[in-house]
Amino acid sequence: MSPWLPILMAVPVVGAIVVALLPKGSDKLAKQVTLLVSLLTLVLTGVMAAGFKPNGDRFQFVAEYNWIPSFGVKFGVGVDGVALVLIALSVVLVPIVVLASWHDADGVKTADGTLITPKRSVKTYFSLLLVLETMMIGVFAATDIFLFYVFFEAMLIPMYFMIGSYGGAQRSYAAVKFLLYSLFGGMLMLVAVIGLYFVAGKQTFMFPELVGAIQDPVTQKWLFAGFFIAFAIKAPLWPVHTWLPDAAAQAPAGAAVLLVGVLDKVGTFGMLRFCLELFPDAAKAFTMPIVVLSVISIIYGAIVAIGQTDMKRLIAYTSISHFGFIVLGVFAMSGVAQSGAALYMVNHGFATGALFLAAGFLIARRGSPFIADYGGVQKVAPLLAGFFLVAGLAGLSLPGLSSFVSEFMVMIGTYSSAAHGSGALTVAAIISAVAVILAAVYILWMIQRTMNGPTAEPVKAFKDLNAREVWVLAPLVALIIGFGFYPKPLLDVINPSVQQTLTNVDVPTSTIAEKGTGQ
Amino acid sequence: MNPAIEAPTIEYGTLAPLLVIFGAACIGVLVEAFAPRYLRKSIQVPLTLLSLAGAFALVLVQVLRGQVSTTASAMGAIAVDGPSLFIWGVILILSFVCVLLINDEGHFVASAASVPGSADEEEAERHDNGTGHTEVYPLVLFAVGGMLLFPAAHDLLMMFVALEVMSLPLYLLCGLARRRRLLSQEASMKYFLLGAFSSAFFLYGTAMVYGFAGTVSLPGINQAMAAGNTLDPLLLIGFALLGVGLLFKIGAAPFQAWKPDVYQGAPTPITALMASGTLVAAVGAVLRVFWVGLGNLDWEWRPVIWGVAALTMIVGSILAITQTEIKRMLAYSSIAHTGFLLVGVMATYGSAQQNAESLKAILFYLAIYGIATVGAFAVLTLVRDPGGEAGHLSRWAGLGKRAPVLSGVFAFFLLAFAGIPLTSGFMGKYAIFSAALNSGTQPGDSIGGWMAGLVVVGVVASAVAAFFYVRVIVLMFFSEPAADGPAIAAPSMGTVAVIAVSLLVTVGVGLYPESVLGVANDAASSLFIR
Repeated sequence: MSPWLPILMAVPVVGAIVVALLPKGSDKLAKQVTLLVSLLTLVLTGVMAAGFKPNGDRFQFVAEYNWIPSFGVKFGVGVDGVALVLIALSVVLVPIVVLASWHDADGVKTADGTLITPKRSVKTYFSLLLVLETMMIGVFAATDIFLFYVFFEAMLIPMYFMIGSYGGAQRSYAAVKFLLYSLFGGMLMLVAVIGLYFVAGKQTFMFPELVGAIQDPVTQKWLFAGFFIAFAIKAPLWPVHTWLPDAAAQAPAGAAVLLVGVLDKVGTFGMLRFCLELFPDAAKAFTMPIVVLSVISIIYGAIVAIGQTDMKRLIAYTSISHFGFIVLGVFAMSGVAQSGAALYMVNHGFATGALFLAAGFLIARRGSPFIADYGGVQKVAPLLAGFFLVAGLAGLSLPGLSSFVSEFMVMIGTYSSAAHGSGALTVAAIISAVAVILAAVYILWMIQRTMNGPTAEPVKAFKDLNAREVWVLAPLVALIIGFGFYPKPLLDVINPSVQQTLTNVDVPTSTIAEKGTGQ
Repeated sequence: MNPAIEAPTIEYGTLAPLLVIFGAACIGVLVEAFAPRYLRKSIQVPLTLLSLAGAFALVLVQVLRGQVSTTASAMGAIAVDGPSLFIWGVILILSFVCVLLINDEGHFVASAASVPGSADEEEAERHDNGTGHTEVYPLVLFAVGGMLLFPAAHDLLMMFVALEVMSLPLYLLCGLARRRRLLSQEASMKYFLLGAFSSAFFLYGTAMVYGFAGTVSLPGINQAMAAGNTLDPLLLIGFALLGVGLLFKIGAAPFQAWKPDVYQGAPTPITALMASGTLVAAVGAVLRVFWVGLGNLDWEWRPVIWGVAALTMIVGSILAITQTEIKRMLAYSSIAHTGFLLVGVMATYGSAQQNAESLKAILFYLAIYGIATVGAFAVLTLVRDPGGEAGHLSRWAGLGKRAPVLSGVFAFFLLAFAGIPLTSGFMGKYAIFSAALNSGTQPGDSIGGWMAGLVVVGVVASAVAAFFYVRVIVLMFFSEPAADGPAIAAPSMGTVAVIAVSLLVTVGVGLYPESVLGVANDAASSLFIR
């Protein structure tokens, strides 16, 4: 029993209660407390992660307490490599988002002083953020499937209020759409969770004990479908992706980062952890349809992104394309592709996070999300333009930046995967490679229209990034470049865990990536 | 020489909770007759609350001493078994908090006999300072007594008596709203006519079943079925008619039409009592009739209940979407929840142990749903327009800014109804669905796949239902407040206590359901007396 994970989960929620109980008018204090709590969580996670042994047990820092004996539910937590890096991603993003959202609830003003969004409760926003942090840690750390489900569904509520109360003009539509899509998927998953419990007949929801418990292939398929639909909505995969552009475009930039950067990863994480390992036969049987869906997502997301006029919607569509890559990697059934997919989850979080935040700073200055309202920002705000460029280039997976490594691993792993001997996966890899070109179009064209060219009249009044905003973007860009050149620390943690997954799915492990690639 | 007539044995100790409630109700009637008007309320309120608390204490004593009887009491007429005691405890708690709501001023009419809008009405209102009829208290006690007797009745005649004792005071109470009196009287009339109709069905069904079995005792009927021909038309018609009567009382589709009208028209504290206490009692009675009386007939009734449950869930959640009145919306939500409960009622079969599991789930669901319902209605009583409660949904726009705590609490109850994790509603829904799916995975259950289908219908209905709960949250928090929004009444101590207790239970059970589940488990493990 290790107390690490329960402590990690307790710190933010205690912070949230403290923030919520602060007296009226202590907005500034609320922000400072939130930042402090999120930094404390980050430090604690760092200390814990330092003790992680990549080649030790699969699940480490394990803790189990009885929770609901009548249902056979335990409060079981523990992390493997993939879960650990995703928790790290979450706790790194939260303080950055806190800093980035510093003035979001104060009421957003444009450069000329018109109020776009009215002032709202600062304390509520930041305590929701901290509650969300607890749930993000919990959902990745849960080894009890019931506990995972609880966090999976419950984390919708703080995000729902963050979008609905603090978002843009269409916020209530977007928030409801987000919630209903996710709830629908979640309800189907609930049936599958209950079904898993009874069919396995082990009187437990503990994941390690349920691996391999379902033998009947037909039952596997039904249960797989229940889990997969929920995760595909969350990830989101074409054709159940339509909530994401609305939600991401209407959410405040900080919430959008957590939504796309972390919450959606729960979907791909769930596919890797639960869909594959609990229902290996079904996963293999459904590989081809899922690969087709993910290739459609890759291409469709990229093409639709090109046509967007709203920056946040554009970034949301690029994410749909990237999630296609992650799902492709997960189901390519090869070690390289799966390690790449897991790595992609982290890199995408940093890269898209940086892009959303940079776009958010841009939008806060002008009060408009539309690309056409900008032009020539580079001349007046070179720092902002510079960060925007790096984040954009990470989004199109430029070599030397972190997302290149993961995208390359997914494609090469898929290309050479022997899982479907017919070469179908090779074809999928070749088609998805087209997205690399499309990515260059959507990113560079957006940068060209906003950053370059003649300076638009309202843009001339722009101030460059202030110290707070630099502190928001600099760590992300440092991580993007750092992991671009040296992804080994992440891969060392991810690989053994992916290896374990493939062993449980019964795929020959000779295809596992040996060392970090892509330098 | 005539044999001496033996006096019936009555287990006074076991039946004490019932006797306390009925006794207090009779005293209440005497108080109305003899006490001066200005004293009545100060006698009735303590009398009512004390008798409810006393009855609860008596239930507690029986449970804690471990003396749950294993045979039917009062010459086989009343079964005070584990499930009965649990249901009694729940009903007593629910009616206690409802009485705290009833105690608030301004809910009940000053003179029910005066014509709405007439000079008599004005005259009466001038004299009563907002207290209204104090007859409300003994009426509530009689209704509660009926609710206690209904699920515990061990033969069909006793059950019919209980049904009437429970319903008649409720018909009256529905018509006593202080505001919008015509609506209230209409509700009362509708409820009475339809209720009387359904009682007739129940009675006719009882007669038919008696024709088949030669007895009205539930275990007797079951034994007669084991011995006789289960396809006897008398039995089938009888049980269909019984079913209509019972399904009407719980408000299952297609007998749900009264619910929205009655819930809307009745004074809100009475609506709270009906939506919680009456539902608990009626579901208890449904369980007893179907599980004990018709236990050997489940091949026949399970497919029927399958259809009713599915229809109820669908009708409840879909029609709720179009509602613009908050009490009507909650009425449809209550219909949908009735459907979920029926899913649990179907989850029988297999071993006694497994039946106990299903029973545990239903009892648990009843308890937590009842509490959350009372809390939600208590919030409703506080949001007021000049003409009464602000019922129309559009009036709730932007309430989150004017009264953040109250709206937050209401939003939490709605999330619990929607079954979001970390609320009690999720745990209830999980318990019911898992009981249903489990009964479907048992070998030898021919409708196993159908159970899974029903659960899928259930989760889809939950997703639809989530839409209208969320819509109210959107209105409260994401919309701009109306210029002349409703006033938030300063809550009385009683109402604060009701909301606080409901909230605590809803949060507490959501985080740690074992507390209530354990009690439900103990109550269910002994199953019904047969």
